[in-house]
Amino acid sequence: MDMAVMERGNKTFSIILTFCIMFAFWMLLSAWTVYLVEPYDLFIVSSKGILAAIIVSFLTYEIFVPSRGENVILKLRRFIPYVGWELWQIYLATIDVAKRVYGILEVDPQIIEFDTTLRSDFALVTFGNSITLTPGTITIDIEPERGRYIVHAIAKGPADSLTVDQTMQKKVGHVFMEE
Amino acid sequence: MLAIDVVATMFLAAGAFFMITGTIGLLKFPDFYTRMHATGKCDTLGQILIIVGCMIYEGFSLITIKLLLVSAFYLLAGPAGGHALMKAAYVTGLPVWKKGDKRM
Amino acid sequence: MIITFLVVGIIIASTILVCSYRAIYGPGTFNRIVAANVIGTKAIVLLIVVGYIIERPQFIDIALMYAVIAFMGTIIIAKYVERGELCSR
Repeated sequence: MDMAVMERGNKTFSIILTFCIMFAFWMLLSAWTVYLVEPYDLFIVSSKGILAAIIVSFLTYEIFVPSRGENVILKLRRFIPYVGWELWQIYLATIDVAKRVYGILEVDPQIIEFDTTLRSDFALVTFGNSITLTPGTITIDIEPERGRYIVHAIAKGPADSLTVDQTMQKKVGHVFMEE
Repeated sequence: MLAIDVVATMFLAAGAFFMITGTIGLLKFPDFYTRMHATGKCDTLGQILIIVGCMIYEGFSLITIKLLLVSAFYLLAGPAGGHALMKAAYVTGLPVWKKGDKRM
Repeated sequence: MIITFLVVGIIIASTILVCSYRAIYGPGTFNRIVAANVIGTKAIVLLIVVGYIIERPQFIDIALMYAVIAFMGTIIIAKYVERGELCSR
């Protein structure tokens, strides 16, 4: 089930949605187990939360709700197994760095550059974050026009797994439908 | 000692071991870029393991949700801060260490 | 169980002391910024562990606030070193 293209600039809807999410978050953090004697107590306890949620939602409603997007629900459903794969990669990355610290593997750093086929903001940032969490590589710079990444690798093995194998480009391209 | 205490102690010990490894890497590596590799990855995972150990010890209450928020925030913010520092150093022109140079 | 938290707290505190060698001696600006960032990360963990030792759960809120502020500080310093000014208008 795909969602249709959202119209841009719907101001009242954005403010109300931001206010609801901020107030629910405040209630979760502060007033979860308050002992309520009568309904008047609920208003006294939550008046500070309503005031804070109104101020924050008036200042930040443009950033919180995106003004346009296509196929949001399908992308969200493919995103969650990708997060699980990434947590496993964090664990492998830390074991790799521990081996290099204690002298089992060697340290031989180099800088590489390559191009990809991703163009939208969210896909570029997700791929850059994944390169930082993979064993042996950190992103240095991104150019949005050609999808060009400059990456610092700590040895020859991790550098080859980015340019020659290209496993991660295929995974991110599958999640965001290869834009 | 209950079973929950033993599991929580294992997570805490693993987290402390990864934090010690990160600090030894900070002293031992020869260049700014390689030190960023060591701290950006080892510190993040060590912190997540210690907080998961505390969450297992606590059970299921409001404090568990707050600890989950701290660890989820740091999982997103730690590598992003490291990447910002690395970009600032590369654009300003800090020299990169090749194999066989002097320590800097 | 309180012995485990005491041992972990002492290990993290001694790691902070070892890390300050890089903050004092590291040649150049960038090594000192990295050491300050690492000390900030370990301080968040130390706050939570101390909250468990003396049995007051309010320390976790302080740790959450400090994590947000330390992240903001790192990004502001990186932006200033890269451009030479903060507000380009």
